Amino acid sequence: MYALFAESFGAGMWLPMAAALDGRVPMTVPRAGAAAVPPLFAQLMQAVVARRDQASFMALFDYYAPRVKAYLKRLGASDGLAEDIVQEVMLTVWRKADSYDPAKAAVGTWIFTIARNLRIDALRRERHPTLDPTDPLLNPDPEPLPDRQVEASREEEQVRSAVRALPEDQAKVIMMAFYDGKSHGEIAAELALPLGTVKSRLRLAFRRVRGVLGEVR
Amino acid sequence: MTPNHHPSEATLVAYVAGALGEGLSLVVASHLAFCAACRDAVASGELIGGSLLDSLAPETVAVATRERVLERLATADDWKPSRARALDPALPAPLARYLDRDLAAVPWRPLGPGLRQFVMLPASRTRANLRLLRIAPGRRLPRHGHVGTELTLVLKGSYTDELGQFVRGDVAETDSTIVHEPVSDRDEDCICLIATEGLLKFESAIARIVQRFTRM
Repeated sequence: MYALFAESFGAGMWLPMAAALDGRVPMTVPRAGAAAVPPLFAQLMQAVVARRDQASFMALFDYYAPRVKAYLKRLGASDGLAEDIVQEVMLTVWRKADSYDPAKAAVGTWIFTIARNLRIDALRRERHPTLDPTDPLLNPDPEPLPDRQVEASREEEQVRSAVRALPEDQAKVIMMAFYDGKSHGEIAAELALPLGTVKSRLRLAFRRVRGVLGEVR
Repeated sequence: MTPNHHPSEATLVAYVAGALGEGLSLVVASHLAFCAACRDAVASGELIGGSLLDSLAPETVAVATRERVLERLATADDWKPSRARALDPALPAPLARYLDRDLAAVPWRPLGPGLRQFVMLPASRTRANLRLLRIAPGRRLPRHGHVGTELTLVLKGSYTDELGQFVRGDVAETDSTIVHEPVSDRDEDCICLIATEGLLKFESAIARIVQRFTRM
C-alpha cells in the first residue's frame, strides 16, 4: 500500500494530508510500511462529517479522484465523461459523508460503490438498484465490534493481497467483471468457455478472497 | 426469518462489480433486504472493488474539475434527496422505489388461467426482462428451461419445484442447466419478482404459442 502511494505522489503527499487534520492524528500518520494508511482516510472523512472540513475533503479528492477516473476510463468512459462522473462521485462523497460508516467499510470501498453506481447511471443509462440501509424490512446486522474501524481498513489490504495471489484464470474473470463490467455470458463468450466454468471460477475466486477475511466476517 | 435459497456467489460478484444489469440487480438488491448472509457476502465483494480502486494507476484529473468541485462544495449542502412518497412497507425498499406504487395497486395483466403478470422492464437484446408474476394457489406452470440466467424472488406466498420450496425472501437462480415445473402452494396467491435474460424455453407447443403473445 505504501509503495503504491510513494509511486504516485512521493512521500511529500503526506504533509498536506496531515496538515488538513490539524495534527489531530499524530499517532496514525503513516510510517513507511505501516498499515495505518486507510484509518487516515477514515479520519479525513470524520473531519468532513463533523466540521464540513473542505481541506480534509480535498485531501480525499486528491487521492481518490485520479483513481476513480482511472476506473471509469478502464470501463470505457471517454476522458470528458470520466471527468464529469468523477465530479459527481466526489460531490456525492461530500453530500453523503454522514452516511459513511467506518465500522462497515474502508473509505476506498465506499467510494468504489458510489463510482460503480454513478457509472452505470451515466454509461449504460440504467440504474443499479442497491440495498437501502434504512429499509424497515432489514433484519439488523449484528453490532460491529468496537475495533471494526481498524479491521475494515486492514481487510481492504488483506483483500488486495488475496486478489493479487489468485491463480491466473480466476484473477482474469474477476478483472473482467470489475474492470470491464462484463456479465457471465459476455465473459464466457469472450474466453470461449462454458458459462458454468465462468461461474465456478468466479465462485472459487470469491471464496478464496473471502477466506482471508477469516473469522472477522 | 432467514432465507434458505440465495443467488449464486458468481451472481453476487457480478452484482458487486456492476456487471449484472438492471433487472437482475434489482432482484439481488431486494433479496439483500431479507438476507444478512448475502449482505455480508456483498460487503466482502465490495472490498474487492475498493482494493482494485486503490491499486489502479491514477489518471490525472483536470485542474478545472478540481476547482469546479471545490466551488460546488458550498452549495452541495443544500441538496436534499427527494423523498416523493411513502414506500409500501411490505416490499423491500429497492423494489418499492422502483415500482413506485403499492403492491395492491399493480395493474396486473392476465397471462393464462390463474396467472397474471406486470412487466416492469421489457426484454431487449442486452437487457433482462423484469416482471412481477402472480400465481393463483395450486397453479402448475408449464415445464420450461432457460437460455440465460433467471432470478426469481418470492414476495408473497410460496411455490415448490424440483429445487425445493421457495418462500418470501428466497431467490431461485436458474440457468441453461435447469428445467423446472414450478407449482404454487395451496394457501394463497404467490407473487414473485422475476428477471430473465433471454427467452424461456417451454417444452409444450401451446406454452410456446402463448409465449409469443405475452412477451414471457
